[in-house]
Amino acid sequence: MFGKLTLAAIPYQNPIILGAVAFMVICVIAVLALVTYFRFWSTLWNDWLTSVDHKRIGVMYIVLATIMLLRGFADALMMRLQQALASAGGPGYLPPEHFDQVFTAHGVIMIFFMAMPFIVGLMNVVVPMQIGARDVAFPYMNSLSFWLTVAGAILVNLSLGIGDFAKTGWLAYPPLSELHMSPGVGVDYYIWSLQIAGIGTLLGGVNMITTILRMRAPGMTLMRMPIFTWTSLCSNMLIVAAFPALTATLAMLSLDRYLGMHFFTAGSGGNPMMYINLIWIWGHPEVYILVLPCFGVYSEVVATFSGKPLFGYTSMVYATVCITVLSFMVWLHHFFTMGSGADVNAFFGIMTMIIAVPTGVKIFNWLFTIYRGRLRFEPPVLWTLGFMVTFTIGGMTGVLMAVPPADFVLHNSLFLIAHFHNAIIGGVVFGVMAGMNYWFPKAFGFKLDPFWGKVSFWCWIIGFYVAFMPLYALGLMGMTRRLDTPHNPIWHTYLVVAMIGAVIIFLGILAELVQIAVSLRNREVLRDVTGDPWQGRTLEWATSSPPAYYNFPTTPIVTARDAFWDMKQRGVAMQPLGTYHQIHMPRNTATGLIIAGFATVLGFALIWHIWWLAGATFVVAFGVAIGKSFDEDRDYYVPVEEIERTEKRYFAQLPSEG
Amino acid sequence: MTAIAPALEDTASGIDLGAHADGHHDTQSKVTLGFWIYLMSDCIIFACLFATFSVLRHATAGGPDGREIFDLPYVAVETGCLLVSSFTYGLAMLAMNRDDRSWTMGWLVVTMLLGMTFVGMEIHEFAGLVAKGFGPDRSGFLSAFFTLVGTHGLHVTAGIIWMMVMMGHLMRRGLTEANRTRLMCLSLFWHFLDVIWIGVFTVVYLMGVAH
Repeated sequence: MFGKLTLAAIPYQNPIILGAVAFMVICVIAVLALVTYFRFWSTLWNDWLTSVDHKRIGVMYIVLATIMLLRGFADALMMRLQQALASAGGPGYLPPEHFDQVFTAHGVIMIFFMAMPFIVGLMNVVVPMQIGARDVAFPYMNSLSFWLTVAGAILVNLSLGIGDFAKTGWLAYPPLSELHMSPGVGVDYYIWSLQIAGIGTLLGGVNMITTILRMRAPGMTLMRMPIFTWTSLCSNMLIVAAFPALTATLAMLSLDRYLGMHFFTAGSGGNPMMYINLIWIWGHPEVYILVLPCFGVYSEVVATFSGKPLFGYTSMVYATVCITVLSFMVWLHHFFTMGSGADVNAFFGIMTMIIAVPTGVKIFNWLFTIYRGRLRFEPPVLWTLGFMVTFTIGGMTGVLMAVPPADFVLHNSLFLIAHFHNAIIGGVVFGVMAGMNYWFPKAFGFKLDPFWGKVSFWCWIIGFYVAFMPLYALGLMGMTRRLDTPHNPIWHTYLVVAMIGAVIIFLGILAELVQIAVSLRNREVLRDVTGDPWQGRTLEWATSSPPAYYNFPTTPIVTARDAFWDMKQRGVAMQPLGTYHQIHMPRNTATGLIIAGFATVLGFALIWHIWWLAGATFVVAFGVAIGKSFDEDRDYYVPVEEIERTEKRYFAQLPSEG
Repeated sequence: MTAIAPALEDTASGIDLGAHADGHHDTQSKVTLGFWIYLMSDCIIFACLFATFSVLRHATAGGPDGREIFDLPYVAVETGCLLVSSFTYGLAMLAMNRDDRSWTMGWLVVTMLLGMTFVGMEIHEFAGLVAKGFGPDRSGFLSAFFTLVGTHGLHVTAGIIWMMVMMGHLMRRGLTEANRTRLMCLSLFWHFLDVIWIGVFTVVYLMGVAH
């Protein structure tokens, strides 16, 4: 009746897990109570959960990412504490099987449920407005994509309280992830949460490419698109090209586990090395999926706050496209030690080094944009400058490891861990923080408090260096990754320093939460009525903040690269129109939420081998999707009077000079 | 992964939620482009499965290889069904362009029957192999064979279900703009599966027997 699920699946004998579960349950209950207390349910349901508005879906993505950042960071603190304690001798406080789950969950959560939703959220909020569109190409599918990502996140978190999570590392290499080595449900949680979230990501990629290619405002040629839109386009092309490889690989792993097949088993003709190749064919492009949109954020921030057009726009576009193509030609550098032979390793080593060239082009473009600009040191700029220094260091250690002989020494050492955190924190985390500080006033109509933004930035960047520079040294001293009891007194001091760094980063995360709270309280002081708080250059600043749900009362006409700057120069920006026309908009729908709800149960049933439930939820989810296709009443026209009223209110607030 | 096809079918109609005040004129191009991009991603799933099959082709682990289990004339008939079904789907599209709903539906029924024959024959082939002890858990080669061919078969099945839903749409509303777009996407999907099958027939069966 319940498959493998019994009461024994609840880890009530483990006080650490039980405490974490209790904390999460209390948080959920507190949120539900607050929503009820403030009578927020109908607003929440009608305006957010069932919304197909790209801006609201984007905000919900970012909320999800922030929650998962806290979860993933708790894992990081636990690991740092365990290694700092255990390196002094003794077992530490985490048993090995728990430590293994913690590092797996940390990687999975940070990449799939923190970084990805944050990036996708920023793209959702910004890209349609940057190209002068009213929504994405397929709004209902956008909602479905988001809720499928949530479904994956729910499954990962369920594994904490019901059963356990994978103990395999974040990419679940076989044969360790095969059934005979990992007989529990951990790897199955891993597989199904990533499969469900992955379908959401893939559909989101299809959506965003179509939006960018088909819905640009008249006059916005490809070479007039803002750089963030360009990098989003490339990133989504990578999503569509790379995520199917992840889907196929995980599907084969699940066939091994569920039907006894032999794709990656150690015997009967299986080939574990094939898994490692396949998963990195997805995995390497994935890091560019994350970092390219961040490069776009930095480009927008640097140009806006220097008060200059971006230096070398064309070279920036070509550099982005080069990285997009090259990202598919380097995957083997993740396993030079597999033994593919000197010539194969040499090819992939050289391709990896070549990627540094377009990236270097970008760094110089940003530097030359700042050069002789009038840089304003707002929080987005601090994050950008912090990125340029930190990411350059991370890039250089990357080039170092691209040399196969050096990699044979550094492979799977903490040097590698330091390198990719250097690139991902310095590149992606700083990028989404810059983006959040930059676009927050567009999404909500008031700026984020700059003081707490700066506190957060300094904690993050100092904490980062304190936490990860010791790891480079430890790597060179021979410490490998994923050690639960690193019994070596020489390493102890370094690990303690790294833990202090992690605590400083944690203060940075707290400062961000304080920043949001303080800004919410002081929102009248921080209010922006113009819709253009930073003297912006691109179209998203050409409308009110927060924008009306239709974004633009009329479709803007683009005549130059920095479209909004150009409008301001010609004196045609933010002018009320004499007449408006009715606007065609999609209706909100709960269908995406409902389908994803069934997908969550479906995933749970598959994990626990509850076959009847899996079959039933599968059929119902598809039935709902097919039923929806018979619903013809999915859009409507916004009447002219409503547009006139909304726009009049906006223009009444504008300062009189216009 | 096969889950995506019907979901997108549904999306096909949800896609027309527009950006432009003047509404519907570019809906079809958006839907078709979006669906095409989805098909390309599906193509990459097949590329991974083809690559895996090529790696595991000789990993028979003491079990049978392709020469022992493939019955080429049987597969040729299967192939014939699928290729002819692509042709009949083309006839359905021609009927659609003539605004002839009955013939559109008629050719869809013929296409569906051919597709069902194909899937039926494939199931028969699979069942025979399993009965002989040559199931997907026998060897790496058989895992890759069943998965590649079976994934294609699941796609064809999804296409058949989509056609059934399509009949419902056509009966309810006729050849509306939205339904024409859906027929167009289904057409892309069906021909795409044909192309994939030509790859399967060549790489799995012909090369399997030749080796």
